[in-house]
Amino acid sequence: MAVVFGPGSVPGDLPRPLPFRDVQEMEISVNLRTSVTSRYEMRFRSTTAQEEAALAAATAREADAALHPLQNTALGSLTMYVLPETSSLLPQGTNVYVGKHRSALVRAGGSLAALQARLREVTQVMSFTASSIAAALSDRVPDGQLSPDARRYLKSSLGYEITFSLLNPDPKSHTVDWDIEGAVNRYVKPVLDKLSLVANFSVDSQILYYAVLGVTPRYDKESSSFLLSAHSLPHVINPVEARLGSSAASLYPVLNFLLYVPEHSHSPLYIQDKDGAPVSTNAFHSPRWGGIMVYNVEAPASPQASLPLHVDVDMARVMEVFLAQLRLLFGLSQEEVPPEFLLESPGNEGLADWELDHLLWAHTVENIATVSTTLTSLAQLLDKIGNIVIKDDVASEVYRAVASVQSAVTELSLGHLHGAFQASKEAVTSSERAFFDPSLLHLLYFPDDQKFAIYIPLFLPMAVPILLSLAKIVRETRLRKKEPTKMD
Amino acid sequence: GVGTASLALPPASLEAPGSVQQLPVPGRDSPVARAHRGLTLPTVSHYRLFPKALGRLVAALGVRELHLALTQGFWRTRYWGQPPLQAPAGAELWVWFQPTVTDVDKAWKELSNILSGIFCASLNFIDSTNTVIPTASFKPLGLANGTDHHLLRYAVLPREVVCTENLTPWKKLLPCGSKAGLAVLLKAERLFHSSYHSQAVHIRPICRDASCLAVSWELRQTLTVVFDFFSSGQGKKDWSLFKMFSRTLTDTCPLASQSKVYVDISPKNKEKELLEVSPAPTSVHEAIVQGDKKTYAVYDLLSPSLFNTSRSLNVQLKWKRPQDSCYIHYQPAQDRRRPHLLEMLIQLPANSVTKITIQFERALLKWTEYPPDPNHGFYVGSSVLSALVPSVTAMKDMDVEQSPLFASLFPSSDGSSYFVRLYTEPLLVNLPTPDFSMPYNVICLTCTVVAVCYGSFYNLLTRTFHVEEPSRGGLAKRLANVIRKLRGVPPL
Repeated sequence: MAVVFGPGSVPGDLPRPLPFRDVQEMEISVNLRTSVTSRYEMRFRSTTAQEEAALAAATAREADAALHPLQNTALGSLTMYVLPETSSLLPQGTNVYVGKHRSALVRAGGSLAALQARLREVTQVMSFTASSIAAALSDRVPDGQLSPDARRYLKSSLGYEITFSLLNPDPKSHTVDWDIEGAVNRYVKPVLDKLSLVANFSVDSQILYYAVLGVTPRYDKESSSFLLSAHSLPHVINPVEARLGSSAASLYPVLNFLLYVPEHSHSPLYIQDKDGAPVSTNAFHSPRWGGIMVYNVEAPASPQASLPLHVDVDMARVMEVFLAQLRLLFGLSQEEVPPEFLLESPGNEGLADWELDHLLWAHTVENIATVSTTLTSLAQLLDKIGNIVIKDDVASEVYRAVASVQSAVTELSLGHLHGAFQASKEAVTSSERAFFDPSLLHLLYFPDDQKFAIYIPLFLPMAVPILLSLAKIVRETRLRKKEPTKMD
Repeated sequence: GVGTASLALPPASLEAPGSVQQLPVPGRDSPVARAHRGLTLPTVSHYRLFPKALGRLVAALGVRELHLALTQGFWRTRYWGQPPLQAPAGAELWVWFQPTVTDVDKAWKELSNILSGIFCASLNFIDSTNTVIPTASFKPLGLANGTDHHLLRYAVLPREVVCTENLTPWKKLLPCGSKAGLAVLLKAERLFHSSYHSQAVHIRPICRDASCLAVSWELRQTLTVVFDFFSSGQGKKDWSLFKMFSRTLTDTCPLASQSKVYVDISPKNKEKELLEVSPAPTSVHEAIVQGDKKTYAVYDLLSPSLFNTSRSLNVQLKWKRPQDSCYIHYQPAQDRRRPHLLEMLIQLPANSVTKITIQFERALLKWTEYPPDPNHGFYVGSSVLSALVPSVTAMKDMDVEQSPLFASLFPSSDGSSYFVRLYTEPLLVNLPTPDFSMPYNVICLTCTVVAVCYGSFYNLLTRTFHVEEPSRGGLAKRLANVIRKLRGVPPL
């Protein structure tokens, strides 16, 4: 990380003159045998002339845009510009402005200690926290210590499939048209292009007719509308999922985004949250599965309008909700941002560069943990069943997985996030290929006790007389050997 | 027959008109699929009516044509006429791949595995041992430019059984499912109570319009069922949708652009129409199907006049004049409880020979149920034929008291016909009998083994040991001693 002091912002009590380096280490312990050490390497320096010129812009956003080409844009790196306390670049009341690339503008806090505290907060928001790393390793954390966010985000995978489905339970009353192709190109593709570093995405859509929700909504007289209460929402998904169709052609996890147009007899339909108030977006999401949004059709102007009503879906509103749910599913939206922070909205791209880094840190750590678990299981299997034959290609996959995971760990310790992530992906692929190879099927190999059970009933009865006669022969030769000495 | 037997009746020797229904094809839509070859760009496909599961499968594996049929039973052409679309018993799958597919065998294996998941059928047993590459037949049915037969694969699994869990995913592929339209009629408990059941899925590329500038995918789903009323015990000959499916049509699928029911009312043997359909059809259509001129009564479900009078449509067929009026009453047997009973009322045409054949099976008896002389065989009782025969000579009214006793058992209402009851020959069937000596053999063997074991154990346990004088020698030693005495040598 680089901490750049603007003019007039250098605190008085610096330990050494600028520029200098400082390294901080912190240990995050996950369970008895696993712990993660995080190392922050900070370089303190003062601004160059170009940076000073950029910082002289009118608003923070322009300053950030101007500073972007002057930064180090490697994945995982951060640049924090310290501004004097009285700087007018940041609006009143905000002390930190987080840009949409990998930089932040921080207001100096008087002493070095206050500044360091603020810088630490910024790093927690923009890179990773102990809880986000623990969440990535949630498989290893003992159950009692899991935070509620732990198993909520999507597991790291090589690819994801996104399916948008329009559910029309009443095609006699509503003819629904949605321009999904245009909406996907305009709103979803930029986000997925940004996320293409993390995984391969493929997008699909379909329209399902006569697909009903599993719960009947309650009619509310005061608002003359139908309401779905929060505790009935988990029962909605199961009956619908049978119609959604499994993704037969690929092995990647599927994210389903459903748009439900309620029946004419159940319109309008609102979702209630736990307090009983209607949810403003009329949508909810289920972690690791996807999201559902209810789209109410306006009642026609004349009550005698002929059915079916034609409905043109407002894709902008719908895609806003779906993209917000996508961010929630991936764990990109953080709730615990301190109030004095101002985050710049990422615009059309859907996510800021530092959010991508956040995801990459968590996924890299998760991949490395997965690989070590897989290879350990494989080793344990080989210990238990001694006569499994490991073919050459399985062996080479195991060696490749070990090499990749070692390089991933090295790159991660050096802070090269991009290299570490690629290496961890390769490691996961190789280890899965080695572990799930069909030649390792347990049933192909006979355990030793079965072999004994088969052969003993045949050989034991045959062996008994032979052994007895052998014993008799031995006894007789011994007796005969003794005889000559006795006769002597 | 009498006794414990199970009877398998062939379908009755009567035709079953209107037993086949062709469903309209709602699935004509073109998914826009743009596949990018690079790894980072996403691939996009959007579906409206075409089912996404099949669409993604076709796109991912490079399939050009796919034909899958699951059939139970064999089409009896002699009784039922030409089949509209026949399929072999079991599962049949034949696929043409695109020329861009490099490893056709790998794609074929993946395809059969994925299809077995989609249709809940064991198509995953398709491998190189039951796949062939036909060179001359099974040419593509859709658009094709160039037919390299190495892109074709054909496999058949005759052992595959078709049941309701195969029908459910087939129905799920339809846009309206089984909630609206013609598919409402397809309930499994009636469809599988039939002599022949075949469901098929066909995907092929077709021209989008007459000028053929663009190509679309066509999905065609067919279901062929033969209902045989005599085996389901109903015996009458009037047909209706309700009798066949226990349901009637109530509305159409709102997504269908065409929804029609065709009833075959072609006259047979150059007679006038012998079938009467009600309610009145929307139109009558004549067509040449498989070389025959056929007349169809068409019910267009989308025309508003059809559902005007009643909310449900139940097509009924009646015979216009009484046919060889046949009443059949059949009561199947229950093992060890009651025998088969088959009663038929038939009208024999003049100067003809009528042959009635019945096939049946006898179940294997338990070994205590055999009679003492099982190798004699088993008897099947005689069949009974009762008839009212027209009399050749006219008779005047006769006084009952004056007629001889032997002629007055059967009453006759008028003098023009007399009642007669005839019996056929009984049948003696030689059936395989088990080997009745086996229990004796088993008992002997077991007793021998037990006796030997017990004897040895008893011997060992109760043996007492004495010190024994060294014996004077056996016979050989005594003989040797005699020879030595003769020679004058001291004995052993």
